[in-house]
Amino acid sequence: MFSRDNWKEIFETIQKNKLRTFLSGFTVALGILIFVVLFGFGNGLINTFNGFFANDATNILRIYPGTTTIPYQGYKSNRRIEFDNDDLADIKRNFPFFLEYITPRISRSYLVKYESESNNYSVLGVAPSHQFAEKTIMMKGRFLNEKDIKNKTKYAVIGRLVQQDLFGNQNALGKYVDVGGSAYMVIGVYQDDGGDNEERSLYVPYTTLQLVEKSNDKVGQIIVAFKEQLGYTGAMAFENGLNKFIRDKKHISPADQSGIFIRNVADQLQKNQQFAGVLQIIVACVAFGTIIAGIIGISNIMVFVVKERTKELGIRKALGATPKSVIGTILLESVFITTVSGFVGMLIGIAILSSLGEKLKDYFITDPYIDIGTAVFATVILIIFGAVAGYIPAQRAARIKPIVALRDE
Amino acid sequence: MIEIKNLHKSYKMGSNTLHVLKGINFSIDEGELVAIMGSSGSGKSTLLNILGMLDEADSGDYTLDGVPIKNLDETKAAKYRNKFLGFVFQSFNLINYKSAMENVALPLYYQKVGRKERQEKALKYLEQVGLKEWAGHLPSELSGGQKQRVAIARAMAAEPKVLLADEPTGALDSKTSYEVMDLIQKINDAGNTILVVTHEPDIANMCKRIVHLKDGVIVEDKKIKQVRASAYV
Repeated sequence: MFSRDNWKEIFETIQKNKLRTFLSGFTVALGILIFVVLFGFGNGLINTFNGFFANDATNILRIYPGTTTIPYQGYKSNRRIEFDNDDLADIKRNFPFFLEYITPRISRSYLVKYESESNNYSVLGVAPSHQFAEKTIMMKGRFLNEKDIKNKTKYAVIGRLVQQDLFGNQNALGKYVDVGGSAYMVIGVYQDDGGDNEERSLYVPYTTLQLVEKSNDKVGQIIVAFKEQLGYTGAMAFENGLNKFIRDKKHISPADQSGIFIRNVADQLQKNQQFAGVLQIIVACVAFGTIIAGIIGISNIMVFVVKERTKELGIRKALGATPKSVIGTILLESVFITTVSGFVGMLIGIAILSSLGEKLKDYFITDPYIDIGTAVFATVILIIFGAVAGYIPAQRAARIKPIVALRDE
Repeated sequence: MIEIKNLHKSYKMGSNTLHVLKGINFSIDEGELVAIMGSSGSGKSTLLNILGMLDEADSGDYTLDGVPIKNLDETKAAKYRNKFLGFVFQSFNLINYKSAMENVALPLYYQKVGRKERQEKALKYLEQVGLKEWAGHLPSELSGGQKQRVAIARAMAAEPKVLLADEPTGALDSKTSYEVMDLIQKINDAGNTILVVTHEPDIANMCKRIVHLKDGVIVEDKKIKQVRASAYV
C-alpha cells in the first residue's frame, strides 16, 4: 500500500485536483490554526494573571490602618487607627510560628533635590526585609540593613528612574540628596519589574523617617510575610489570627469593616489562578469545539470527494482496482492532505503566536504560546478523525457495483 | 472462451421485478468477433455487464477461459476483470484528469506493472490506435473518436482474453464509427476475442457473428460474412 508507485499515483491525483485538495487542506489548516491560536491566547491570559504577582512576593499580608465605624469597648466610633513600633514587636512576639519577616511601610511624598534637579517622589520608610516583599533588585550599592534601622542613618536607596532624573549619567552612590530638607546619602540604586512607578521611589530606614518627623513611632502600614510552607490554608489561618489580634489590641469591633484592612496576596493569587484556570478551561472548550468543527468539515469534504469520484472509482474498478486499493487511494490521499495541511496550519499558528509576544498585552494576553505536544496532539487527532471520516464513504464507494458507479453522472 | 448456460437476471423496480434475462445459452470461441443486437430493453447491456463481471447473474453458469465465474467477492472480481477483460464504453469513461497515456497505463498499474514498463506499453498501444502524438493530452482535448480509440488502447493494454464493447460507436458519427470499427476489426484480426453490443445493423454487420436478443432471450444466432470497415474509411 505504501509503495513508491502508490504515492506517485496519489501525488498526481492531488496535483490534478487542485480545488479539492485546496478545500480539504484549507479546512484542516484553518481548524488547526484556530486551535493553536486560541489555545495560545488562553496561555497568554494565564501569563498575564501570573504576571500581576510576579514582581511582588506572594507570601505576604498587607495590613492597613483605617477609621472605626462602630463604637466598641468604650471607644467612640470614627476613631483613626494607627500602628506604631510597638505593634511590630507584638506581632513578631505573638506569631513566631507563622512569621517569616515583618516590615513597616511609611509612605510620604517629598520634594527631592540634587544640585539643580528636583522632583517630587514617594519616600518610603521601611525595614530591610521590605526588599523581599517588593522583590526589589539592587543595581548597585546595597539595600538598607538592620544597622541603618538601629542607628537611624540618613541613608537612601533610590530607584533607577530617580537616579536618571536627578543624576543623569552621573554615579549617584555616595552623593547626598535633599529629601524634604534633610540630606540623605545614596547608598544604593534599585530596579523593580513592577513598572516605572515603582522605580520612582526612595527607600529610607523607617526609624530615620520617624526621627525626622518629630520623633514619633508611627509606622503607617505593616507588611507581614508568612512562611511559604504554610501553604494557602496556613496563610488564611495566619490572616484570621492576625486580624483578631490587632482588633483586640486596638479595640476594634470584630464587625467593623473599616477599622483595619488586610490584603492577603496569597488569597488573591489563589482567586486569580482559579479565574485563569476557568478561562483556560473555557478556551480549551472553544479550541476543542474548533477541532470538532474541523473534523465535521473534513468529513463533509470526504463525503463530497467520494461522491465526486464515484464515476472515476467505477472506471478504476472496471479496470481491475480492488476494493482495498480503492479505499487505500482515497484514504492515503486524505491522510496525506490532512497531515501536510494540518502541520502547515500548526506551524503558521505557532508562528503567529510567537510573533505576537507582548503586542496584545493591552488585552491581557502576554507571550501567548502552545506547547508543541498539545499542538501535535490536536493535529494528529484531526488527521486520525479525518481518516476515519474518510474511511466510511471510501468503504461505501468500494462496495458500489462498478456498473452503478459507471452510470453515475 | 466464454460459455453461458441458462443465465437469468431480474431487477427489482419498487414492488415489481423486471425479468431482463430469461435463460441465455451461448458460447464464444477464441478469436470470434460477436455482435449482440437488440432493441433497447432487450437485455443486451445487462448480458454484457454480467459477462464483464460488472454485474451478477441471479442464476446460471458462466465460464470464462475455463474458469467458473461464481460467488465472486469484489476483490476477486476486480482481479478477474483486470486479468481477463477489457472494456470499451459508449461514453468512453476516460479519467478526465489523466492524460491519454496515463489512462492507457491505468490497468497496468492495477496489474502492478512497473512505472517505466507501464509507460512503454501504454505508448505502444497508443501507437497501435494511431494516437502516439496525443499521449500527453487530456481527454477533454481529444475528439470523440480519439477518446474512443484511447479507451480501446486502454482496454487492450491489459492484454485481456476478451474485449467487451458496449455501444462503442453509440456516441460517434458514422465516419468516426467506421474508423473505430476498423480498429476493432484489426484487433480481432490479430486473434483477440471481441464482443460488441450494438443496435446499429451496419455496425453489427462488421462483426463475424450476430446474436439477436429480444425480451431477454436469444431469438437468432448466426454467422455472417464480415463487412470490412476499411472500405468506408
